[in-house]
Amino acid sequence: MRSFVRSRVVRRVAGTLGTLFGVAVFVFVMLRAIPGNQITANLGTEAAALTPAQQLALERYYGLDQPLVTQFFSWLGNLFTGNFGWSARAQQSVLDLTLRSLPVTFELAVFSIVLALLIGVPLGMLAASRTNSARDAAGQAVSLAGLSIPAFLLATTLLSVFAASFGFNPNGQGFATFLDDPLLNLQQMVLPSLVLGFGIAAPILRTTRAAVLEVRADDFVRTARAKGVPERRLQVRHVLGNALVPIVTMTGLQFGYLLGGAVVVEQIFSVPGIGRQVLLGIQQKEYAVVQSTVLVIALAFVLVNLLTDTLYRIIDPRVRAS
Amino acid sequence: MPRGVLPAVGIAAALSLALTSCSSSSGSAPGAAASGQGGGTLVVGVTSDPDTLFPWKATQFQAVNVLQNLYGTLTEFDKDLNVVPGLAESWETSEDGKKVTFKLRQGVTYADGSAFDSADVKSSLDKLMDEKTAAVARASLSSVKEVQAPDPNTVVLELTGPDAALPANLASVNLAILSSDDTEEELNAKPNGTGPFTLGNRVANQSISLVRNDKYWHDKPKVASIEFRVIPDESSIVSAMQSGNVQLAVFNDPLVAQTAQGGGVEVAKTPQLNYHVLQLNAQHGDLKDVNVRLAIQCAIDRKQVLDTAALGEGEVVGPITSPAYKSDPAKRPCPTRDLAKAADYLAKAGKSSGVTVKAIVSQGEYATSVNEAQNLKAQLAEAKINLDLEVLESGAFVDRWVAADFDAAVALNGGRPEPDGSYGRYFTSTGNLNKVAGYSSPELDKLFAEGKAATDQAARKAVYDQVAAELENNAAWIWLFSGYTYTATAAGVQGFVPMANGSLQFLRTTSVA
Repeated sequence: MRSFVRSRVVRRVAGTLGTLFGVAVFVFVMLRAIPGNQITANLGTEAAALTPAQQLALERYYGLDQPLVTQFFSWLGNLFTGNFGWSARAQQSVLDLTLRSLPVTFELAVFSIVLALLIGVPLGMLAASRTNSARDAAGQAVSLAGLSIPAFLLATTLLSVFAASFGFNPNGQGFATFLDDPLLNLQQMVLPSLVLGFGIAAPILRTTRAAVLEVRADDFVRTARAKGVPERRLQVRHVLGNALVPIVTMTGLQFGYLLGGAVVVEQIFSVPGIGRQVLLGIQQKEYAVVQSTVLVIALAFVLVNLLTDTLYRIIDPRVRAS
Repeated sequence: MPRGVLPAVGIAAALSLALTSCSSSSGSAPGAAASGQGGGTLVVGVTSDPDTLFPWKATQFQAVNVLQNLYGTLTEFDKDLNVVPGLAESWETSEDGKKVTFKLRQGVTYADGSAFDSADVKSSLDKLMDEKTAAVARASLSSVKEVQAPDPNTVVLELTGPDAALPANLASVNLAILSSDDTEEELNAKPNGTGPFTLGNRVANQSISLVRNDKYWHDKPKVASIEFRVIPDESSIVSAMQSGNVQLAVFNDPLVAQTAQGGGVEVAKTPQLNYHVLQLNAQHGDLKDVNVRLAIQCAIDRKQVLDTAALGEGEVVGPITSPAYKSDPAKRPCPTRDLAKAADYLAKAGKSSGVTVKAIVSQGEYATSVNEAQNLKAQLAEAKINLDLEVLESGAFVDRWVAADFDAAVALNGGRPEPDGSYGRYFTSTGNLNKVAGYSSPELDKLFAEGKAATDQAARKAVYDQVAAELENNAAWIWLFSGYTYTATAAGVQGFVPMANGSLQFLRTTSVA
C-alpha cells in the first residue's frame, strides 16, 4: 500500500516536472522564433542606425551573443537558485515582479470565480428545475450572452459608462494592493471580476444544468423524494451534491485559465496582474521575464489541477474509496 | 460536501461587494498626494511606463517624455522649436566654422547635489561618441573631432567641418549631460540629472513619479510632483479623465481624442513634425526606375489618404515639416492626382501594362497605418500599380524595416526641428539610415553639406528647399501628410504648452488647481 502511494506520488511529481520542462522549452523556442529581439524592441526603427560595433556592444549587454543552448541552461540553472532573471525595463528582478503581480491576479481570479459560481450555479439549477420553460430559456439566454459578449467589449462599456455617468472609476486611481488600501483595492476588483465572472458563469451554468438534469433522473433521487425528503433539501443536498464533480472540474479549469488569460481585462482596467507582465515581456522581448513568468503560471495551473483532484476526494466518497 | 460551504462563500462574496460599493467616491483625490510645499500633483495618463531610464538609449516616446523632465541638455528648444540656451548659456562659432565654444551655466547642480561643470560635458560627449556606449544619437556628433574643457565653465568642440545643425542636435535628451561620476547601471536605477524634476517613487508597470527640483536653474516647476500613471488602454485613459483621476494625457488617435472632449476635459490639437509616408526603396526591382516612382507619386491623392484614414485630421505635407524650413507640398511633380501623367511615366519606364510593388505595413504601431495602406492600394490600382500589402506585427515590421527588406513601407517617421537631423542620415550616401532610405545622389550629398556649412537662416532655408525639390522630383519617397497630437487637459490644468515635436518639456510650467 505504502509503495503504491509512493509510486503514485512519484509518478505525479515526475509528470509535473516533465510538463514544466516542456513548457520551458516551448516558450524558449517560441520567443526566439518571434521576429525581433530586445535591441529592436527597445530602439525600434532606430536600431537601423546602429554601427556594427554598437550592435555588438548591445548584444553583449543583453546576453544575446551567447549560444542559444547556453542561454537556455543558464536561465534554467539560475531558476534553481531562485534567480528568475532581471527586467532591465522595470529595473527589478523577475521574482520581485512576480511576487507583486501573482497575488493580484490570484485575487482577481478568486473574485471572478466566486461571482461566476454565484451566477452560474443557481441559474443552472433554476434552468434545470423545469426544462424548456421560461426560466430555462432565461438561463440559456444568460449563458449565451456570457459566452458571446467579448470581455473587451463588456469591459470597455462598463468602464466608460460608470466613469462618464457616475464618476465611478476606482481603476483610474492607480492600483492599490489589498495591503496598501483594502477598500480601494476591493473597489478596483469589482468591475474586472464582474466582467470575467460573467464570462465564466456561462460554462458553469451549462455544466450545472446538464449535471443536475442527469442526477435528477437517478433512482436515488426518486427514492429520497418517496421517503419524504423536503424538496429544498433534496435539490441542494442530494441533487447538487451529486452534480458537484463536473462543476468543480469546470471551475478548476476556468480558474487555471484566469491565472494567465485575464490579460485583456487586466489591460483595460489597469490591473497589474501576471498576464500583463507576460504581455509587456513579450512586447519588450525580455526573454527571461516571459520564460520565468510563463513557468510560474504553468506551475500555478498544475497546482490548481492538483487541488481540483483533491476536492473530488472530499466531494465524492467513491473516489476516496478507490 | 460539508454543509454550509456554499452559503458561506455566498455571504463572503456579498459582504465584499457591499463593502466595495458603499464607498465609491473615496480613494485619493487628485493632488492629495502632494507634499506640503504646495503646487499639488499633476497626474498624466500614459499607456506604458518608460522602457529605459538611461537617456542616451531612450527612443520610446514615453521614456523620452519622462527623461526630458529629469535631465538637462546643452541647448534646448523653445515652444516654437527655436534653439535656446540650456546648460550652455551661450555659444560661439569660429570664422571657419570648425570650432564651437560653449560658455556653461554656473551654479547648476545634479539631483544628488553634485555640481555641474565642463568635465561632465566632456566626459558625456566623449562617451556618446564611443561606439561601445551604443548611444542612439551618436551620429549627431559625427562632425565633432575633439572635445576640450579648458576651464570649468568652458567647453570647446573642434569640428571636422562646419556644422550648423549641431546646436539643434544637442537639444535632444539623447545627448543629455550626465555627471562624469555616474555609470549607466547606476542611472538606470536612479536617474541623476539637472532637469526641473527628480525621480520620486516608481512602481514598475504602474506609475512613475517625479518630484519638483527646487534647485533647478530655470523657472521652478509649478507643481510639486507629477505622476505618470500607466493606463495601458487609451480609452481607459479617457475614462480616467472623465472621472477626474487623470488631469493630462496626450493622444495620437483622432478617434480617441474625439471621445475625450467634453465634461470639463478640453482637447487641443497640435500639428506634428512626424510625417506619414510611403517609403520607396529605389534599390529594389521596378522602383530603381525613377519613372515608376514618379508614376506612383502622380497616382496618389494625398488628401484622400488623409480623409479616409485619419478623418481628415492633419495636413498634406512635403518632405520637411519643421516650421522654419517647411517644404511647400504644391511644389512637387504632381501636386494633385494625375492618372494620365502616371500612365505617361509608366510608359516611359516601359511598364504600361503595370507594375507590382510589395509594401510592408505595421499593424498596431500607430492607429491609421492599415487604413492608409488600403487607401493607397485602391488608388494605385487605378493606375495599374499593384501595391501588394504585407501587414506585419510591429516587431516583425521593425525587423524588416531595419534590414531594408521591402520595396515600399507605409510608415510614420519622426520629424525633427532641424532638417539635417531629419534627413541627412537618410539621404546622404554616408548616412547611417541610407540603406533603409534606398536613395542618395551626388546632388543631395552636396546640398546636405551646403546646409551644414551655411550659417545664415535664409540661406539654409534656400538649401533645404532644394533638398526637398530634389527628393520630390526623384520621388525618393512619397510624402503624404502630417497629423496632430491631441492634448487633453482636465479643468484646472493651466500653462501646458504642447509642442510640434511631441515634447512634454512644458510640464514644468503647468499648474493644477
